[in-house]
Amino acid sequence: MTKPRVRVPRTASKGEVMEIKTMISHPMETGYRRDDHGRPIPRHIIHTFTCTYNGEQVFRADWHPAVAANPYLAFYTVATESGNLRFEWIDDTGTVYATEAEITVV
Amino acid sequence: MTSFTTHDVPRLSRRTLLRRLGTAGVLVALWPASAWTTPEAVQQAIRQCIGDRTPQPDGMTLRLPPLAETGNSVPLTVAVDSAMTSDDHVLRIHVFVEGNPEPVAATYHLGVRAGKAEISTQIRLARSQTVLALAEMHDGSVRSATADIVVTLGACIEEWWNN
Repeated sequence: MTKPRVRVPRTASKGEVMEIKTMISHPMETGYRRDDHGRPIPRHIIHTFTCTYNGEQVFRADWHPAVAANPYLAFYTVATESGNLRFEWIDDTGTVYATEAEITVV
Repeated sequence: MTSFTTHDVPRLSRRTLLRRLGTAGVLVALWPASAWTTPEAVQQAIRQCIGDRTPQPDGMTLRLPPLAETGNSVPLTVAVDSAMTSDDHVLRIHVFVEGNPEPVAATYHLGVRAGKAEISTQIRLARSQTVLALAEMHDGSVRSATADIVVTLGACIEEWWNN
């Protein structure tokens, strides 16, 4: 169900600045809500997002409850070499959601 | 005497109304005093991020719609004027939401490899407020940008709690 989606160019020229768009389905439960019986609903959010490019971290985000459900994030990175971009989302339960994209840099 | 027509308003039975009022009362009674962040907490969070450095209010933009019907998912873009080279780049961008229960919404870690100092996301806003973004630059300077947003009534507490 929690299927991450990323949009990365398949090919890019060396040195090009690429826009990367990411989205993942996740409730991002704030911890400030109560259920129908008045009991607090425990916090359950993704607190860390990382993007690594051929093993080196190029972008990271620390999230708090003010990030909307099904977090969307667009950012940029420089196309340096062909290889692989790995995206990871880590939530409060310790679950790591990951996806990868291959890129050819010419 | 003005007469009100209610034919286009969804029917709310007396029982449902009383139940909802009861629930609202319970929620208000249970509302913790610390449900909202305080100006002191915001200042403290800002100090934790940038220490005693003074932000300069230029060189970056924060884009938010001026009005949001609900605060559940508000598009936000932060862009910093920077060449993103080894001697001029952004290290971190922080977003603060003074009108929410917690002062910090997110921190983004950039660097030379970002290439362009811009991020777009969607945030939750519990009520109308001024959103603040700070950018920590490579040379130690800090920039700031703010945007005011009106979050329509009913979108804040109602949506925050029930949606």
